[in-house]
Amino acid sequence: MRVIPVLAQLLSLFSDPNVRWVVGGTFFLGFSAGIVGSFALLRRQALLGDAMSHAALPGVALAFLFLLRKESMAILVGASITAGLAAYLSVRLPRWTRVKPETALAIVLTTFFGFGTVLLTVVAKTQSAGQSGLDSFLFGQAASLVWRDVQVMGAVAFLIVLAIFAFFPAWKLWAFDPLYARTLHYPVRAMDIFFTLLLTFTVAVGLEAVGVVLMSALLITPPLTARLLTDRLETMVILAGGIGGFSGVVGTLLSTTYPRFPTGPLVVLTASFWFVLAWFFAPKRGLVSRVFRKRYAASVQHDNTGSFVP
Amino acid sequence: MSSTPAIFVRDLSVVYPGHVALENVTFEVPQGVLAGLVGPNGAGKSTLLKAVLGLVPRVSGEVYVFGKPYETIRHRVAYVPQREEVDWDFPVTVRDVVLMGRYGRLGLFRRPGKDDFRAAEAALKRVGMEKFRHRQIGELSGGQRQRIFIARALAQEADLYFLDEPFAGVDAASERAILEVLRELRREGKTIFVVHHDLQTVREYFDWIVVLNRRVIAAGPLSLAFTSKTLDDAYGGRLLFLDRLFSGEFPSELREQKTTLALAEVAANSPLQKEFSAEAVRTFPEAR
Repeated sequence: MRVIPVLAQLLSLFSDPNVRWVVGGTFFLGFSAGIVGSFALLRRQALLGDAMSHAALPGVALAFLFLLRKESMAILVGASITAGLAAYLSVRLPRWTRVKPETALAIVLTTFFGFGTVLLTVVAKTQSAGQSGLDSFLFGQAASLVWRDVQVMGAVAFLIVLAIFAFFPAWKLWAFDPLYARTLHYPVRAMDIFFTLLLTFTVAVGLEAVGVVLMSALLITPPLTARLLTDRLETMVILAGGIGGFSGVVGTLLSTTYPRFPTGPLVVLTASFWFVLAWFFAPKRGLVSRVFRKRYAASVQHDNTGSFVP
Repeated sequence: MSSTPAIFVRDLSVVYPGHVALENVTFEVPQGVLAGLVGPNGAGKSTLLKAVLGLVPRVSGEVYVFGKPYETIRHRVAYVPQREEVDWDFPVTVRDVVLMGRYGRLGLFRRPGKDDFRAAEAALKRVGMEKFRHRQIGELSGGQRQRIFIARALAQEADLYFLDEPFAGVDAASERAILEVLRELRREGKTIFVVHHDLQTVREYFDWIVVLNRRVIAAGPLSLAFTSKTLDDAYGGRLLFLDRLFSGEFPSELREQKTTLALAEVAANSPLQKEFSAEAVRTFPEAR
């Protein structure tokens, strides 16, 4: 019966505006990442998100050096530019040279990340107010989220929902069979670019909350969990968004129960927890159900062969 | 049958980094035929299909479909890619995939309506897959996957069908079912153009053939274009079973002495096939 006081305590946290902002921010982020990540995963571009989040780092630092203060719109723009550039290079490099796609990703990721780290050191040396929170972009510092950040995150989530669900059949075709889509005169190139843009925005707003390193977990884990639970794209995308958003909320609340627990890692761990749960107990693809099905199949087999014995 | 060819390709060339994939490819396919495209591995068969459909950039050449530039007449053309082109673990059902055949009509903004579901259902029935409509596509066998790809093209209700290796790696029952569907389309006056790898079935399946090896070696009705000469030109010494193709049922007026001569030459010129050479000479004493 100690559950009720704990719940009451958790709910009372919402009266703290700071907690509300952080919860709102991580919810929007998890939700956006779940939806965009589903498509990235299905197009086998899961690692592109990883490269892009690392590549957003120099953009963040440049945005700060430009304005000499922390402004979330400027950070979004800066991060989007370098992350977008990285996405472009990762796709193009294999065509220009003999480099394999995954090698190209690794080169782009490390180069941009190295550059970003150098720039962050420069930022740290400028004695301006507001720089304190900048190095937190590496591992995220959700506690530093302010109302303005949450507004930007909400706007990105809204844009994603609008763009994906208004044209859902088109995105389905684009993700499943882009070559065929082109023969039907679908603007596949434009959709590629637009999707990369959505991915970029998601990564850019996620940096402050969960950081460069953990961002890709939010893009990959909830969609993977959702994939285990369903065989329908519609359900998968909505589930992934839900699981991502829910993980954001739960992770944030967990991080407030003990002060100084970092929010980003707890959000990611929460998402991983659902994944492990689904991995074992998913109705059709889970380990447990597979074992049972095998047993069942074996027993049926046995009975059948038995019946042929006179 | 109309006199405008269903496909007319002129001087089409495709260059990949480091090599020329297709060189001045020119051929035509009349309306209402079941046409095959054959050639050795790496001859550029799939590339030719993709270049015709504008899926790979061409450095030169024009493509006319029913007498008009392909770009203006896409809606009359359906494409069945190789099965390996897509991820079969993708979370869609069989019916979802077949419905995609209707997306060209729908455009970006509309969602499938009653007519589209009806067309998808009819296409599924035609390939005998209606019982699988709610299955996830990964649960299907190779032949079944090929059949739903064909159903998707059928749902487009096109007049010209391009198929990339539809018979590769499918079971015998599916191969029969697919062939039956293609023949049915031909009876309806549609044109079908198939990338094919199995030379043994060419004579049974097709009534028009394009033999390709980066260039067009021959194109036309089987009796003219599918001869030991054209195959030898396309495949070089790599073809070992010419004799089986050109024995028995082959029209006697075309079974020239040259056929076996060419065969013996091919075999003799290939250092790897000395044994075969001896065999050929024994089997065809007149070749000496």
